[in-house]
Amino acid sequence: MSYSKTSIWQPMSSEVASLSIWGAFARQFMRHCKSLVGSPADAINPLLFFFMVVTLFPLGLGPDPQRLAGMAPGILWVVALLSSLMVSAKLFASDYEDGSLEQLAMAPYPLAVLVMGEVAAHWIATGVLLALVSPVFATMLGLSSAALPTLVASLMLGTLSLTLIGAVGSALTVSIRRGGLLLSLLIIPLNVPVLIFGTTAVSEAVIDGNTVSWLALLGGLALGSLALLPLAIGAALRVSLDN
Amino acid sequence: MWTIIHKMGSPPWFFRISGVLVRWLLPITVMLLVCGALWGLLVAPPDFRQGNSYRIIYIHVPSAVVALAGYYVMAFAGAVSLIWRIKMADVTMRAAAPVGAVLTAIALVTGAIWGKPTWGTWWVWDARITSMLILLFLYLGVVALFEAYENKTAAARACAVLSLVGTVNIPIIYKSVDWWYSLHQPASIKFTGESAIDASMLYPLLLMIVAFYCLFAVAVLLNMRAELTWQHREAGWLRQIVSGA
Repeated sequence: MSYSKTSIWQPMSSEVASLSIWGAFARQFMRHCKSLVGSPADAINPLLFFFMVVTLFPLGLGPDPQRLAGMAPGILWVVALLSSLMVSAKLFASDYEDGSLEQLAMAPYPLAVLVMGEVAAHWIATGVLLALVSPVFATMLGLSSAALPTLVASLMLGTLSLTLIGAVGSALTVSIRRGGLLLSLLIIPLNVPVLIFGTTAVSEAVIDGNTVSWLALLGGLALGSLALLPLAIGAALRVSLDN
Repeated sequence: MWTIIHKMGSPPWFFRISGVLVRWLLPITVMLLVCGALWGLLVAPPDFRQGNSYRIIYIHVPSAVVALAGYYVMAFAGAVSLIWRIKMADVTMRAAAPVGAVLTAIALVTGAIWGKPTWGTWWVWDARITSMLILLFLYLGVVALFEAYENKTAAARACAVLSLVGTVNIPIIYKSVDWWYSLHQPASIKFTGESAIDASMLYPLLLMIVAFYCLFAVAVLLNMRAELTWQHREAGWLRQIVSGA
């Protein structure tokens, strides 16, 4: 994440100062997309983590395909939650360390909007990517192929909430040394509804049941998080800068 | 109105008033607890299915009720401290978190003790038990976050943000755990709640709930006084009060 961190508002011409809110958001978004392209490990490592933990389950539970298939929705969702936990630990870390967070806090735009640019890029690089790749892992666990579209959709919607909640936790703990464990204590309880809705949606898809209402609940959570949590993230970042 | 709020924000004023409050509330609490416990444990009739083991509800239910209410007290104090930057609200939030965590833990432990003779197992992944466990994690998160910050003013604001996020989330968590439970285990154990409770058992229970609210208030006030004493250990007004001048 070392790409162009020091030059956020570098071209301080009048043209930059008069960016609209959307312009500021897009600029932040592009900056983080570029930094992710510059160091693709940030996007690939969570996938590797996901892959490895999924591998652990057959080793721990035994290779019985039927049993694995029954547990697949839960396994996939729990591992997705863990990998989002892992990546959100360092979401704001580099911004905090190199001082760009302080620059952002002084910028003439709402911190919540600027930070959302970063969170959005982060979600696409981790959540969306994970959702798109998840059918591979699901097939390895023997999840019926009829449930795959629901799995992708539920992960797509669910990781948006997970990323936003993770960003709140990350913003609260960024100024604390060794905040990783604390972060999991803070955000795992908040992630419970996402996990329940997500697993249930996939389980319902396996038995050809009612998936729409569970996906709708996930979507509702995502929209609610999208409306409220940016404010909490902004406030938490300002607190962390004071610490 | 505003003068009262400003007074409440002043530590010396609060210290005096809370001293008087505790002096009255503490004996009342002890009396209520003793009366409620004696009534519930000795006078109330035994349950015809559970015998005497049901009597643990006189501890279990009040602590669970107050633990839930305590989170909202904490979150409300957090909101006040974020919006109006009133120091005393910080102290309230800081004082309420460990008390609430302990009450949640008491509710969980007494529930497990009750579950052993009644359900034959210490722990069941029942909807309400699971929700209480998550509530315990939420409380512990606030306590741990406060401890982790070096700057205590920032710590209070961080905890305020966290407890507000938690407050919005708690109803969603409860509802989702409810659905999760009803999907996975079609009501196997259903004699907790639905059966109407007889008045002879209900009145001591209500008394105990009131007693536990008082206990919560006393514990939070004492906690706040301890915190204030530590924060203002160098201040002249504190020396005056303590030395009785």
